[in-house]
Amino acid sequence: MRREVPLLITFITGVVFALSYFIPGGWLGQTERVFGDWITIVQAFAVWLGVLNLLKISLIKIQRKEHDWGYSVVIAVCLVGTIAAGMYSGFAPQFESFRDPETPFNFIFRNIFAPLGATMFAILAFYVASASYRAFRARNREATILLIASFFVMGGRVPLLDSIFMPIIDGTFFADFAGWIMSYPVTAGQRAIAIGIALGIMASSLRVILGIERSHIGGGN
Amino acid sequence: MAGHWIAVAINVVVGLTLVWVLVRTIQGRPIERRIVFVYIALAVATPLFMKLEAPLAETPEVQSIVTTIKELPPGSRILISFDYDPQSAPELQPMAEAFIKFAFKQRHKVIIMGLWPLGPDQANQAIRAALEDPSVAELAPEYGVDYVNLGFQSGNEFVIQGMGSAFKNMFPQDERGTIYDNIPILRGVTNFSNVDYVQVFSSGKPGTREWVQVAADRFGATVGGGTTAVQAPEMYPFLRSNQLIGLMGGMTGAAEFEKAVEELGKANTFLLSQMFAHATVIVFVIFGNIAYFRSRRRDASTDAPTPGGIS
Repeated sequence: MRREVPLLITFITGVVFALSYFIPGGWLGQTERVFGDWITIVQAFAVWLGVLNLLKISLIKIQRKEHDWGYSVVIAVCLVGTIAAGMYSGFAPQFESFRDPETPFNFIFRNIFAPLGATMFAILAFYVASASYRAFRARNREATILLIASFFVMGGRVPLLDSIFMPIIDGTFFADFAGWIMSYPVTAGQRAIAIGIALGIMASSLRVILGIERSHIGGGN
Repeated sequence: MAGHWIAVAINVVVGLTLVWVLVRTIQGRPIERRIVFVYIALAVATPLFMKLEAPLAETPEVQSIVTTIKELPPGSRILISFDYDPQSAPELQPMAEAFIKFAFKQRHKVIIMGLWPLGPDQANQAIRAALEDPSVAELAPEYGVDYVNLGFQSGNEFVIQGMGSAFKNMFPQDERGTIYDNIPILRGVTNFSNVDYVQVFSSGKPGTREWVQVAADRFGATVGGGTTAVQAPEMYPFLRSNQLIGLMGGMTGAAEFEKAVEELGKANTFLLSQMFAHATVIVFVIFGNIAYFRSRRRDASTDAPTPGGIS
């Protein structure tokens, strides 16, 4: 039963969602909406599950003093601290909402979380530059085409090449050329990739719905 | 003005030091990555003090968003989904701020929501920035009447699907806890048929793709996108098929939007930084390739690999 029930749920929900796309009204549409609500509720619980799991793993690591347990202390303190700040901000009578500009929660969000998040993303620029210097080589024909295309896209998507060649070429020639690359070769490539992905998703979804693929319930074929 | 000339001088000096980098690279002694980091840091930071104007192209994908918003009659309802978090904020926040200012100035009603937990917080920041603008403050947009923030709802594309039946099912109350039916701006808003335009600011999944697949394809909503530069190429197939009416891609898209609505702001300032950063990366790629071809030629003539080369 532990295997049959999840397989039956997968089959029913999969068939309902697939059919309701083509027959949106009637009882199928109604059932699809109910299932949609269930998904929203289950996902909301999944967020809590994730939070609790992270806390549990961190606490175990701290208790056993495992390698780099100090980071787990930071995670646990930040997690509990932010939740506490959010709770206080939400229930304290002086605030209308926990997202009010004056709340401690909003202070943490604006002054700690937002700058840290932006910093993490910004670090990418440094690594991209370093990697480009050391590894982006015209080693063969394909790499050379990629290199030339990236030169025009990087220089054309921002007004770099147009600014440099302004005295010679009037207007936004390089920006238009980068736009052409994005609109035609890139779109064609993206469509090919999208169709390939879609076919792959359809095939694997069918395997899951029909119970051929069972790895998601913790078993093999 | 002094800051501008100091920044220009720094860039000239830094540009000259690149000759040293080229010589070292050709000699097979590449510079350390920490030095590359310094170049990038200077390329990003110094343009913030410069007052330069770069030529910007007018692309149909951005102009189409501007035209659509302008053609809507005042009082039209615009739904904006904030599907990103602070990591992508440097790129998406300027376009969100410019868009909200423009929507307010056109006297449209703005309904905000988020499929990412931190999206509504980004929205609040954008709203606050818009309200600080004197021309928007003059119009005194009122919460609940001219704009509302419905907050975050979990469920990814299923939230959009649920909204196709009834917004109220997915957002029974706004982020301040006001019941849906008691919010004036939402009176008469049942589903996508009561919204005139949907603008999505996104940096991943769920994002613009999901809005196109569900809101546009299934429920016929008019959807425009605003994405990070990395995500933009994935959206071009939707543009070509008119499933997406317009797209602001990265900082360039945001800067072009600001220019098109005559609202020069952060995006135009940050674009200069991005331009210098791109220039730095291109220069390093060229240097690396010069060294690579020289070492290949040297290897071919001596028939032995060069020690210390970076190829």
